[in-house]
Amino acid sequence: MKKVSMFAMAALLSFCVQSKAEEVKIGILLSFTGPIEELVGPMAEGAEFAVAEVSDSGLFLGGSTVTPVRGDATCVDAGAATAAAERLVTADKVSAIMGSDCSGTTGAVLQNVALPNGIVMISPASTSPGFTTVEDDGLFFRTAPSDARQGQLMAEIITERGFGSVAVTFINNDYGKGLADSFAAAFEGMGGEITINAPHEVGKADYSAEVAALAAAGGDLMVVAGYIGEGGKSIVRGSIDAGSFDTFVFPDGMYGDGLLDDFGNELDGSFGQAPGTDSPGLATFAELVSSAGINGEGPFIGESYDAAALILLAMQAAGSSESSMLKEKVMDVANAPGEKIYPGELAKALEILANGGEIDYVGASSVELIGPGESAGNYREFEVQNGAWETVAFR
Amino acid sequence: MLDLVNALTLLANFVLIPGITYGSQLGLGALGVTIVYGILRFSNFAHGDTMAFGTMVTILLTLWIQSLGITFYPLPTALLMVPFGVVITTILVLGIDKAVYAHFRQVNAPPVMFVIASVGVMFVLQGLIRLIIGPDDQSFADGARFILRAREFKEYFGLSEGLSIKVTQLMSLVVTFLLVISLFWFLHRTRTGKSLRAYSDNRDLAQLSGINPDRVVLYTWILATALATIAGVLYGLDKSFKPSVYFQLLLPIFAAAIVGGLGNPLGAFVGGFVVAFSEITITYAYKRFFAYLLPEELEPTTLLQLLGTEYKFAVSFLILVIVLLIRPSGIFAGKSA
Repeated sequence: MKKVSMFAMAALLSFCVQSKAEEVKIGILLSFTGPIEELVGPMAEGAEFAVAEVSDSGLFLGGSTVTPVRGDATCVDAGAATAAAERLVTADKVSAIMGSDCSGTTGAVLQNVALPNGIVMISPASTSPGFTTVEDDGLFFRTAPSDARQGQLMAEIITERGFGSVAVTFINNDYGKGLADSFAAAFEGMGGEITINAPHEVGKADYSAEVAALAAAGGDLMVVAGYIGEGGKSIVRGSIDAGSFDTFVFPDGMYGDGLLDDFGNELDGSFGQAPGTDSPGLATFAELVSSAGINGEGPFIGESYDAAALILLAMQAAGSSESSMLKEKVMDVANAPGEKIYPGELAKALEILANGGEIDYVGASSVELIGPGESAGNYREFEVQNGAWETVAFR
Repeated sequence: MLDLVNALTLLANFVLIPGITYGSQLGLGALGVTIVYGILRFSNFAHGDTMAFGTMVTILLTLWIQSLGITFYPLPTALLMVPFGVVITTILVLGIDKAVYAHFRQVNAPPVMFVIASVGVMFVLQGLIRLIIGPDDQSFADGARFILRAREFKEYFGLSEGLSIKVTQLMSLVVTFLLVISLFWFLHRTRTGKSLRAYSDNRDLAQLSGINPDRVVLYTWILATALATIAGVLYGLDKSFKPSVYFQLLLPIFAAAIVGGLGNPLGAFVGGFVVAFSEITITYAYKRFFAYLLPEELEPTTLLQLLGTEYKFAVSFLILVIVLLIRPSGIFAGKSA
């Protein structure tokens, strides 16, 4: 009995504390299962790192704490992603959502959950060009650039290197199709020839048919707009083994250590591009999170940190955790004018905002939001040399 | 003449060899499905993840003996560990049978209950695999990779087309072929095999003639699990091990088993090839093939592709529908699906 009453008192006490400085919840809606599950773990940790940094500072909205709540977006199942987001909003009562990752599920969650409930979403990784023009009531932002930009850049890199005809295979989803289409338009505009533009499905058992069709079409090199574990690697493996292509172009979805581990020197001379920057922010971030065992230079991890940080800083600027208020402030905190904010300086940013000052959030991925609230995009051009990714230039 | 050789080499390299490999991998998977269906009378949806589990155990054992410095050159080291993988996986599957399916047999539940229970088992296995080895891609193939390399073949014969054959590709075919033959021999020539077939034909009559049903169930699971583990390891060696892909394998495996005739081992083998070749031949772009054969002025300007590769699944399922409409029991008479 004594124990029960003490427990009740403790509960009551914590309730009293909460009612003064509220407990803000942020949804972390990422694809913990499904095709990109191996990329997502560190992304979520990156976002939660920012949340902890803000929460632990004690400066957030008059001493409020922030709790991250995870939801599984599955990457491919729009229904499951919508249900997970619905749960975050209605049951967990999150104020805003960091996510999702894959463009298909992000679109579904935006239409079915974020818009009807008026919840702000900031995606760290959805790069489909479709989001540039989507009707979002000012609720949707992304710290990832649109693939329209990457397609254009990839066409420029290939042309500069003197290749005239390419075979393209893309993963059959919003990401792959958007990237392949924007690349094909840009490359043909520069006088290049696309011998075949063939889709491949996510994570199937066998890709011999795709390898055969690509080989039959031929070309100087092959562009693989896919994911490493979801057919991309199988198609590269099959093409090398069959002797049909030697040089490949890898966009961001194929950029990862998992690809090179299995190929050794066989991919030397292949090249590509992925979001990346040589700004001091990334190095700071990598150092900051390495203590937590996270490799900060992995794909979309800095972007995840930035997405979560932007949500919280916009709340601070708005003086409220309400999505309807914070959505007006996202662009303000992300862009100039104001004091530049790098990773690890969130406490400083909170203080400036609390005192009515202005900040220009730079973060890990050099955040600069353009147009309807998407990253302008900084890319790293890389090449495979002696079985390792080597950065050639920043663009 | 040289053109003809080039054209045939091209076809062999991109259609024949990949088709045979994929076909035998599917056939081996379908064999396991067909045996469970034929004898225990339900479609085992957990088969794909049983394959994944067996492969995972084999991979972990392989990593362990590799760290001790033992290899099996020129063959992959994993082959040495397959028997142990089979034993451990069989223990797990028998445990699952005791915990789940035995109850449904006791109450004489309709097949659909077994199917749904197997879906549950499938999800549990998926979770278990992710807990133990994680969702990442693992490649565990070592030893020699090629029997024939495309570039060397090209230079040696002075052709403009290469031909490559991987060790794992030949292994898939040989192992599948041997297993089908020994399974046939087992089912038709041995006492145990005959008791399995008797049980499959008429359960009550088999029990009346003194066949122990528990024994039949035990042997069936051992056979199915051994086939699943071997199929999983061969597939993983040839491609790579990724848990989610083994789940995706389930669909073409069932297609192969049904096309061939559920419950018929030979049918499962042939069904695998039908599914694999229908996917590859119909979506292949025949441009280069005809460019070798036709005179220059007739050279094709388009890709000459019957269907885009994105429709390859439509092809195998179209065949499935046609077979079910015309011969509901499959190409080789099995039990009707």
